[in-house]
Amino acid sequence: MPIISRGFRGRRQAPDVRARIPPGQHLVGDFPVLSEGPTPAVELDRWTLAVAGAVAEPRQWTWPEFRALERRSITVDIHCVTTWSKLDTRWEGVSLDLLLGAVDPAGTHLVAECYGGYTANMPLAEVTGGNAWVVDTYDGAPLAAEHGGPARLLVPRLYLWKSAKWLRRLRVTRTDEPGFWERRGYNNHGDPWREERYWGD
Amino acid sequence: MGRLSWLPGRLSWLPVTVLDTRTENPRVRTLVLDVEGWPGHRAGQHVDVRLTAEDGYSAQRSYSIASAPGEPSLRLTVERMDDGEVSPYLVDEVRPGDRFELRGPIGGHFVWAPGASSPLQLLAGGSGVVPLMAMLRERAGIAAPPPAVLLLSSRSAEDVIFGDELAGLDARGDGLRVVQTLTRSAPAGWEGHRGRFDRTALATLGIPAERRPLTYICGPTAFVESMADLLIGLGHPANRVRTERFGPSASG
Repeated sequence: MPIISRGFRGRRQAPDVRARIPPGQHLVGDFPVLSEGPTPAVELDRWTLAVAGAVAEPRQWTWPEFRALERRSITVDIHCVTTWSKLDTRWEGVSLDLLLGAVDPAGTHLVAECYGGYTANMPLAEVTGGNAWVVDTYDGAPLAAEHGGPARLLVPRLYLWKSAKWLRRLRVTRTDEPGFWERRGYNNHGDPWREERYWGD
Repeated sequence: MGRLSWLPGRLSWLPVTVLDTRTENPRVRTLVLDVEGWPGHRAGQHVDVRLTAEDGYSAQRSYSIASAPGEPSLRLTVERMDDGEVSPYLVDEVRPGDRFELRGPIGGHFVWAPGASSPLQLLAGGSGVVPLMAMLRERAGIAAPPPAVLLLSSRSAEDVIFGDELAGLDARGDGLRVVQTLTRSAPAGWEGHRGRFDRTALATLGIPAERRPLTYICGPTAFVESMADLLIGLGHPANRVRTERFGPSASG
């Protein structure tokens, strides 16, 4: 039995909105920023995105090459482990199906590696099949540095810390290698609908 | 084969009883809590608080821990977000004897270990001082603490949190310097700084990069972004600068 907090009413959402909000989450209208350290400065003329690791042949794209890849417009709900959710966020970028399809992956997992040193891990199965993108545009404008620009990973089916900012490399792995937060108390998988926030959830 | 020793169990929801409350300023209150089964924490960590209404509706939010590890009671210091769902209840409604739930401690990065010999450089914007206060309270209780500086930026004198306690810690003469600035309005006789901390302020008031401080910055996003950028520009390596941001969402 949960403990009832005397006099607490709370703020209820309409049922159609409630159905889109995972357990323990609440809606926000703006876009909070959470990062473990300073925002890295990444110059576009030095920026590259690589797909490497357990792959037949690694690939690397410069900014103009990346921008020339087939692009998608994506509208998704995002969920941060700090309990905020934001509905119908609009992004543009390149599907991981395309990026991974270019290298013939021979592993089971992916580690997103970032400018600044941040990492996040996830099963390949979670980021293929139209479930993940490398995005460089948010709400019609270039992705701001504090939100991960020039480009970040977007994996809306997992908590947002998996959607690594300042993406530099996607490394395919044959074993599951816990990333930055996954080694620091946060759940290795991070499914918001199962409320997998922390170790042991 | 048992589970690995460093893997904790699931963070369970723990029953909380409010023992006492203390008004820090018109928007901020400290809750002194008895938490059944509290496992202890490290300075800088936070908890998730869950409130449940009579019909079973519940809401949860994260709040920084203000008390030092090992204190007899857990203290949370909460700022009211005017359009918030949980913080107005915690700041305005809760009284001793009330109950809710929390789980934690959470966070393995924005934490300070009292054994660390590196100088400690703390930068706080507004209620971002709360997790840094846990570090200063812990530091005050150890022998031969490392040199430390707290740069605290508040909007006005009324917005300062922990002002008296910080003045007391500063006066101990144990190697801590507390420097305050007020960014909007300062009362007559204000002896601290005015305006936002800028490059010159950080260069003269902070700990130089050559002394290899460990830096913790907590506050609103704009504050954290600008302070971190300035420190990087002054030669502090990014991996010595740890950040915790809140907002711009008034989501508490």
